[in-house]
Amino acid sequence: MTEQQVNGNGAMSARKKRFLWIGFALLLSAAVAALVTKGLSANVTYFYSPSEVAQNIAPKDRAFRIGGMVEEHSVQRAPDGLTIYFGITDSLHVVRAAYTGILPDLFAEGKGVVAQGKLDEKGVFQATRVLAKHDENYVAPEVAEAMDKAHKEAVMKTLQ
Amino acid sequence: MIPEIGQFALILALVLVLVQGTLPLAGAARGIPAWMSLARRTAQSSFLFLALAFGCLLYSFIINDFSVLNVATNSNTHLPLHYRIAASWGSHEGSIMMWVLMLGMWSCAVSIFSRHLPEEVVARVLGVMGLVTTGLLLFMLLTSNPFERLFPVPLEGRDLNPLLQDPGMALHPPTLYMGYVGFSVAFAFAVAALLGGRLDATWARWSRPWTTLAWCFLTVGIMIGSWWAYYELGWGGWWFWDPVENASLLPWLIGTALIHSLAVTEKRGTFKIWTVLLAICAFSLSLLGTFLVRSGVLTSVHAFATDPRRGMFILVFLALVIGGSLVLFAFRAPRVGTAGTFKIVSRESSLLGNNILLTVACGTVLLGTLYPLFLDALNLGKISVGPPYFEAVFVPIMAVLVALMGIGPMARWKESSPRELRHKLRWPLLITIVCALALPLVLGRTEWKSVALLALGFGMAFWIITTLVAVVLERLHHLQGGFTDKLRRQPRSFWGMILAHLGVAVFIIGVTVVKGFEAERDVRMAPGDTVSVGGYTFKFVGIAETQEGPNYSASRGTFDLIKDDKLVRNLYPEKRIYFSHGMPMTEAAIDSGFLGDRYVSLGEEINDGKGSWSVRVYHKPFVTWIWLGCMLMTLGGIFALLDRRYRINMRKEAKLPLTGENDLSGSAR
Repeated sequence: MTEQQVNGNGAMSARKKRFLWIGFALLLSAAVAALVTKGLSANVTYFYSPSEVAQNIAPKDRAFRIGGMVEEHSVQRAPDGLTIYFGITDSLHVVRAAYTGILPDLFAEGKGVVAQGKLDEKGVFQATRVLAKHDENYVAPEVAEAMDKAHKEAVMKTLQ
Repeated sequence: MIPEIGQFALILALVLVLVQGTLPLAGAARGIPAWMSLARRTAQSSFLFLALAFGCLLYSFIINDFSVLNVATNSNTHLPLHYRIAASWGSHEGSIMMWVLMLGMWSCAVSIFSRHLPEEVVARVLGVMGLVTTGLLLFMLLTSNPFERLFPVPLEGRDLNPLLQDPGMALHPPTLYMGYVGFSVAFAFAVAALLGGRLDATWARWSRPWTTLAWCFLTVGIMIGSWWAYYELGWGGWWFWDPVENASLLPWLIGTALIHSLAVTEKRGTFKIWTVLLAICAFSLSLLGTFLVRSGVLTSVHAFATDPRRGMFILVFLALVIGGSLVLFAFRAPRVGTAGTFKIVSRESSLLGNNILLTVACGTVLLGTLYPLFLDALNLGKISVGPPYFEAVFVPIMAVLVALMGIGPMARWKESSPRELRHKLRWPLLITIVCALALPLVLGRTEWKSVALLALGFGMAFWIITTLVAVVLERLHHLQGGFTDKLRRQPRSFWGMILAHLGVAVFIIGVTVVKGFEAERDVRMAPGDTVSVGGYTFKFVGIAETQEGPNYSASRGTFDLIKDDKLVRNLYPEKRIYFSHGMPMTEAAIDSGFLGDRYVSLGEEINDGKGSWSVRVYHKPFVTWIWLGCMLMTLGGIFALLDRRYRINMRKEAKLPLTGENDLSGSAR
């Protein structure tokens, strides 16, 4: 019985075998392509600067990331002790933000911050995550760019 | 004076590796023995000079020579000695120095443990490694000189980043780099084989132990990094799918594929071209990882302030290495090696499946990591790809891979009868299905989605374990003699495979249980308050201020960990302020056990007059199994390395002239 089967397999033509492999390959690539496109479309988070949020460019119903500096003297604690309100600024506009939980160690007024979350109906950014960094001198490229853009705009305004 | 000696040693090393990277290669091409014989000597002497340079850097750190910029920015008079030593590889410059030193170490090791290899092969392998070292040494000397002087000399240094002042972080970079850089040996063997036009089973046997060793280091390196993130960052997570973490996972995935494909090449003589390609990819991804970390192009929790020139240099170097080796591959690959034949149901196919799936997994992670960069470069907006993407894509691919992991060791080389396989897999499959479905219900889960996820995880783990047991039993079944005697007669490489695969199962159990049953609470606690998590109660006793460390002050909290009204132990989480940076640092306190961790970290003081603090407590069941699994995988690699046939081959080949398919090890199976 086993003998026969071995023979049966051995008789499988090279062409048939190749078709089988190609079939496998196609199936696999289709599955992976589906996984990746679905994964990417559902889980990509866009980045906006405070000015873009102020100009209503940022989405109202979708989570996004925002980056800038934590506005000086803006950090306040709610009576529950765990919710923190702060302003994120690129020096032109300020977005109010709230976060409940424990902040990373390097979160401080006047320092760069990147937060992820959604705008609520009052226009307050409800952060679900505040990203930490490893180095107090490091400024995330997004934050640097947002600050840079705002700075240029400000300069342009004074020139006009 | 000492830094200048170090600088001088680096320049001398550069000259030597330049010779190492040119003359032996030319000698091998033209058949000039004198030129080829230079390879070993230059490799060893350049390593001596690199070690001297590293010694000088170490010395500068130990005596706190603040006239060296690197020391002034990363050390401090209050920094304890062991962290001054660790600081020498904590900075960018230092870590590149470490990279190059390890490259020199690997070259030197190859030159010593290659006596059984033909002169020509040694010349080519060391030549290629010399070229790689040349590139990195140039990078170091031109853009990141660790010995750059600073004038005027400051009285005090800026101190090592407090996050790095930790035993885990002191060990993480050296082991990780040993792994990254170790793949250069596999790369060099592959390129040497392409250059020589001789790609046979012997080539695979030579490069196999090196690759396995590098893989072991990489596994341990990633494990330490993950463990460090877990206890040091205070968020209780062990993997964040951060770009820099991904950068270390990519070469690991390809390296794992490479180990398996090398096995096929050695034993069956097939997959040769594929193996070469994997070897090139593994090292290229290691370089890419270095580029991603060191160029600062990605927003990452690992990102440090960087210099764009460095990114450009590594990018060009990366293009040269990848481009050059792929062009060589394109010209040479079709000429070398003929593919052996195997049936669809065979061990070869399942290992081919392993290779393809690991490569695909690597591809999807790479895509998710680089996608934001592409969009940004094309001005299509700034985005980030979060952990859900990686989980959604990675887990299904791994599930298929694990299914194959059960079949592979069971299948025969060349051809397996599907009927026989079905017969052998019947019991493991039955046990797996029953356990996977029963366990989540026994553990008290009824919600559909959570049961499905747990069942998937447990199913994967049980499938691996039950099939491994079946493989061992089947092996012993055919042998005569007592049980323990039969066990002892199995080759070490067999136990290596068993241990490594068992490690994957243990890892999966850890991940499944942590994901399924972890509990986390962020609370405000005044002294006397309690909070319960996962059957344990944490009681906040109080905070003692400024308990002084050598270079920090700390607020030290005391917690009673209580289970069933009995005190288990006290936990002392800290909030430290480092003098030099004025930067707060959370030091979590963990009660670690085989079945789970209890974890508490301090947030901030809440000024309500009652001495309240925000506190985060976790219960992390089975989290240690994640690292235990990694350790088992590494142990498996070490067992494979200790297999007797490597030593037998070494001795025999030293005497025998090189023959093409002299596959001594084939008889082992």
